[in-house]
Amino acid sequence: MENIIEVRNLTKKFRSFAAVDNISFNIERGEIFGFLGPNGAGKSTTIRMLTTLMRPTSGEATVNDHDVVKKQDMVRKHIGLVAEKIILYDRLTARENLEFFGQLYNLSKEEIGSRTKKWIEKLHMTEWMNAQVSTFSTGMKQRINIVRALLTQPMILFLDEPTLGLDPQTTHLIREFIRELNGHGVTVLLTTHDMIEAEALCDRVAIIDHGKIAACDTVKNLKKTVKDKKNPTLEDVFLAITGKEIRDTTKGRAISGAGMMHGINKPNNRVR
Amino acid sequence: MLGIKNFRDLWQIAKKDLLEFRRDHLRLATFFIMPMFMMILTGFIFPNQNTLKNIPIGIANQDNQEISQKLVDAVTNIKLSPDNPPAFSIKNYNNLDDIKGAIKKQEISGGLFIPADFSSRVAQNTQAEVTIVEDQSNPQISQTVNQVLMKTVEGFSQQLGLQKISQILIAKNSVPQNNPSISDQVISIFAPIKSVISGIIPGNPNYFEFVAPGIMAMVVMTAVLTGLAAAISREKEQGTLDGILISPISRLSIILGKAMAQSVRGLIQGAIVLLLAILLFGVTVHGNILLILLLLLLGIFSFVGLGILVSAIATEQETATQLLFMFQFPMLFLSGTFFPILLMPTFMQKIAHIIPLTYAVNAIRKVMVLGAGFGAVKTEFFILLIFGAVTLAISVPIFKRVITR
Repeated sequence: MENIIEVRNLTKKFRSFAAVDNISFNIERGEIFGFLGPNGAGKSTTIRMLTTLMRPTSGEATVNDHDVVKKQDMVRKHIGLVAEKIILYDRLTARENLEFFGQLYNLSKEEIGSRTKKWIEKLHMTEWMNAQVSTFSTGMKQRINIVRALLTQPMILFLDEPTLGLDPQTTHLIREFIRELNGHGVTVLLTTHDMIEAEALCDRVAIIDHGKIAACDTVKNLKKTVKDKKNPTLEDVFLAITGKEIRDTTKGRAISGAGMMHGINKPNNRVR
Repeated sequence: MLGIKNFRDLWQIAKKDLLEFRRDHLRLATFFIMPMFMMILTGFIFPNQNTLKNIPIGIANQDNQEISQKLVDAVTNIKLSPDNPPAFSIKNYNNLDDIKGAIKKQEISGGLFIPADFSSRVAQNTQAEVTIVEDQSNPQISQTVNQVLMKTVEGFSQQLGLQKISQILIAKNSVPQNNPSISDQVISIFAPIKSVISGIIPGNPNYFEFVAPGIMAMVVMTAVLTGLAAAISREKEQGTLDGILISPISRLSIILGKAMAQSVRGLIQGAIVLLLAILLFGVTVHGNILLILLLLLLGIFSFVGLGILVSAIATEQETATQLLFMFQFPMLFLSGTFFPILLMPTFMQKIAHIIPLTYAVNAIRKVMVLGAGFGAVKTEFFILLIFGAVTLAISVPIFKRVITR
């Protein structure tokens, strides 16, 4: 298979702290690639570099053969991002939000309407398009947020914990939706803490810890590495590789890359 | 450098920011109330001709003759304009010490003591004396009270002088009695020189005409400065800025779009201030309104660079606001908005002259109050232009670098 993303020795340092430490991996065109790791492992920082929102300290990465530093605008044309925080304006209606972001890509209102119509229907948001986003539940916001990420008709969709904090119904709806998008040929890079989600959706997963890739393979192959248990789950694999120590302290490694980027020495609170 | 696409992107961002703003009812309310507040406050608390009324002063008249009673009446009836209540409300005391005691108790803000020999001295052609007692605890009030009292006593004394001279002249038969020109002649002897004040514009400008241009410039520019920094850091905090940064539009369009939205808001606030000044405080605009608008725009231009710099550096909205407050506060006092720069110490004057607001205020004041044309504000015009260009040239590359670290 052809690689749509190639990452070579990518490193991001915040002062002396390496949030992402010399990682290399490839993502194949058309796959769903899972990015797993404890809090502060470097998942979001990697995504920010691949989506041109952050400059790597060293190393290189290409997205659809375009360098993420030298050809930023080319990269931007082919990607969609569902980030940690929901990228929608509360005081605008769902439609106004989509129109605003669509127009940044030079799309006319008609084009935006026709591009998003079927996604909105699939995500059951048609009747809410003229309501202000501030009145939405988290699940509704996330559904519009995903439609926004699809405005570019991206070849690659970056999903940073897309189902975090959602009810089981919405979670199910979004997972089905991701699968369907993938069926249409969209490559997906998905980060999640939900091992069931990763197992259900991902063709391959990378387990990232302390800014390094600890393992990268298909779920099936990873399970084979766990010797001390019969029928191991992905969670067993994850804990075997990353250990059972809790990471959500404010010291050392667990500082999130996003927090470091903003110069805040605390983990970023998620706004959802 | 800027293409049509840039302008369209810039416009999209400005439009979105304004739409968001329009939906925020609380911010919208403060947006309109703030300039009104500023205007009404500064319009009413700062001293003008109408402020001196019913100030309690004490009078001790130990003379009690017709002539001293006339002086007391003159003081009692002072009005600074015909529609006003009297300037002083009079309390009577027995002697100088009583007046001083009453000032100590802050019952009165000044006093006039007329000694017992007042009328006899006037009658004997020796110089009579009255004492004006000042309240040193309140220099501002006592200064005005002193001035008004001194002027009244002087005027009264002059009248007596005129009477005396004409009596002498008539007695010596130097001038014929009942000659209508006699008082003119007497005045020309008594006061050979008269000064006439001539302004550039008709009427008497009040303090408010001095402050209004300053408040206008200040409201507009601080609105842009804080607004811009807050708008960017808010989007950083909420994460929506990522959604803009990830699209293929230039960083310059982003920042200029935001600056444009803030400028529109600033200009609307400026218009509110101008309207209030004209309608509520009787300020007359003597110059060209379009020139004022141009100067305001230029003032905004000179501030945008600083705003961009702060928003690039500050990661949180709160930090941005605090940083800007540090600039704003000294600017407010040093730009000559409320206090004339010429009256500041030399060192402070030097600082005042590196603040762009100073030039904007100055230029707008010239146009608004004195009806100056473009030629008279050329210097300020170019200083603002250069200041804006230089700060923009510094801040835009920094913004571009910092925004995607």
